[in-house]
Amino acid sequence: MLSEALQLLLSDPFWVAVLRIATPLIIGTLGVLMCERAGVLNLGIEGIMVAGAYTGWLAVYLGAPLWVGVLAAMATGGLFGLLHGVLTVPLALSQHVAGLGITLLATSLSYFAYRVTFPKVTTPPTIQPFQAVAPNAMDGIPVLSVFAASTPLTWLAFALVALVAWVLYRTPVGLAIRMVGENPQAAESQGINVTAVRIGTIVAGSALMGLAGSFLTLSAFNAFFFNMINGRGWICVALVVFASWRPGKALLGAILFAVFDAMQLRLQQVPGNVLPYQLWLMAPYLLSIAALILVARKASYPQALMVPYRKGER
Amino acid sequence: MQKHSLIRRTLIKSVAATLVAGTALLGSGAALAQAKMKVAAVYTVPFEQQWVSRIHKALNAAQARGEIEYKASENVSNADYERVMRQYAQEGNAFIMGESFAVEAAARKVAKDFPKVSFLMGSSGKPQAPNFSVFDNFIQEPAYLSGMIAGGMTKTGKIGMVGGFPIPEVNRLMHAFMAGAKETNPKVEFMVTFINSWFDPPKAKEAAFAMIDKGADVMYAERFGVSDAAKERGKLAIGNVINTQDKYPETVVSSALWNMEPSIDRALKLVKEGKFTAEDYGQYSMMKNKGSELAPLGTFEKKIPADVVTKTRAKEKMILDGKFTVKVDDSQPKSTAK
Repeated sequence: MLSEALQLLLSDPFWVAVLRIATPLIIGTLGVLMCERAGVLNLGIEGIMVAGAYTGWLAVYLGAPLWVGVLAAMATGGLFGLLHGVLTVPLALSQHVAGLGITLLATSLSYFAYRVTFPKVTTPPTIQPFQAVAPNAMDGIPVLSVFAASTPLTWLAFALVALVAWVLYRTPVGLAIRMVGENPQAAESQGINVTAVRIGTIVAGSALMGLAGSFLTLSAFNAFFFNMINGRGWICVALVVFASWRPGKALLGAILFAVFDAMQLRLQQVPGNVLPYQLWLMAPYLLSIAALILVARKASYPQALMVPYRKGER
Repeated sequence: MQKHSLIRRTLIKSVAATLVAGTALLGSGAALAQAKMKVAAVYTVPFEQQWVSRIHKALNAAQARGEIEYKASENVSNADYERVMRQYAQEGNAFIMGESFAVEAAARKVAKDFPKVSFLMGSSGKPQAPNFSVFDNFIQEPAYLSGMIAGGMTKTGKIGMVGGFPIPEVNRLMHAFMAGAKETNPKVEFMVTFINSWFDPPKAKEAAFAMIDKGADVMYAERFGVSDAAKERGKLAIGNVINTQDKYPETVVSSALWNMEPSIDRALKLVKEGKFTAEDYGQYSMMKNKGSELAPLGTFEKKIPADVVTKTRAKEKMILDGKFTVKVDDSQPKSTAK
């Protein structure tokens, strides 16, 4: 079984599968990471991904180009982010409760809208999704061949990692975001509008969550299903801790999880396999928890995470 | 004071008048509705789910014929199931359908509490007198036939099967399919994966890709997503419960099709005549009662080797004549591929 696993690590189709599984996790994790860097936990991600998956797909189904679908998904995410921002920043409500509320609302609303739009279908309507950028064009060249066989949204995910890292660590805006997440009082004294920065960051982070959801309906698959996010949002929330709130490590964590998942799907088939399939399905989660224990113990979380900021209060 | 009471009296009078008029209207509405039998269904998954789509289709057909007035709730969680069932029973539905697999005890209690309502529920259990009948997707016969075709179509000798959960409803069809494939190709090997979800097509697709990477060239599409993987890689797929060949004309070779019309039409007739009793509707999903069939080969009519078609058609006839019985095996299927 070990040799099988090693063989897999050298095969192209395996890595293409890894990137396909990882893409929504990478983008979703970046979204959660941004919100938390500004001091706000966003448990709305699971529902926002459902809503993004729906609106992105719907836009394309109604005739819009694929990239307009991507924008629609991001706009949907942003709107729910705005709601979460208003609830948790100026109104200072419990971030857990508001986030879970958004997940329930966005999930139910998406499905309601789907059913109202398609009252009579018996098989889900489909679209023409994103295709591989240039399949087989780079055959034989390691790494490049894998990227050539992936869809544009996977490329976008990698670009976003670099972009988010650059914004957070190399721009004044990023400094402001990190500051309101560490010490909002100090930020305020520097003339930074804590409320505006926090809400803005939540909107941007939630737009990424919407985008993450749309990968499933615009790239990995071609139709919308009610339960298709299937816990991927929650995995992103855990991956942020694994990543110690750093974009580069978030990428690593998402890929590691995807490696475990792609591998278990293949190792289930190895002859002489006596383990029940449920154990294999559990493997990515178990290994993630193990990795979490090893990596995240020393993680320093944003100091003002989940602490609402009230002006003038000490 | 007097003025006030006067106003109040006028108010009361007008409200009463409206109420009377309203009741009269409602009454006539009820009378109209009584002409048609009221039927309700409670599903735990969306209408698009393969299994439920077949029930939904048959009930919609009955409604289109003007026989019944049909209402349904989809996506009802198991925790809410009993409440929704009770509500439909109280609203005066004569016949209620659904799936009681995960809520067996609660559903049977509802049936006891509403003895005048007839229930036909998807269940692995026995019928419960006097008003609780059971059905299940006993379509192992066409599954066997579709397996024979799969065995004849595979070139690598490897068939991939992706399932949701290893429950009897899935297992028995997989076993029948495997037995059929072995009849036309004794050397054929199987890969089996369960993804622990009814609704995660990207994951089902991923599992199918994993099998195709390992050499499978015919996929048993128990879930949405599997045929898509086969289509993308230019491999073949066998459909289950529904026929999706129109969406994948170059991919889906054949399908084991479930028809709920015989079960539902029988139940509706019995309810109407007041003769509905507790019975097992399993046999009305079998081929001899037209409850299931090997879907028309369509685009693959000419692409399947002639001897395989001949063998399959001969087997089909034997099943219809009662000369061959497909074994029902509810145990969890295992991979055999090397």
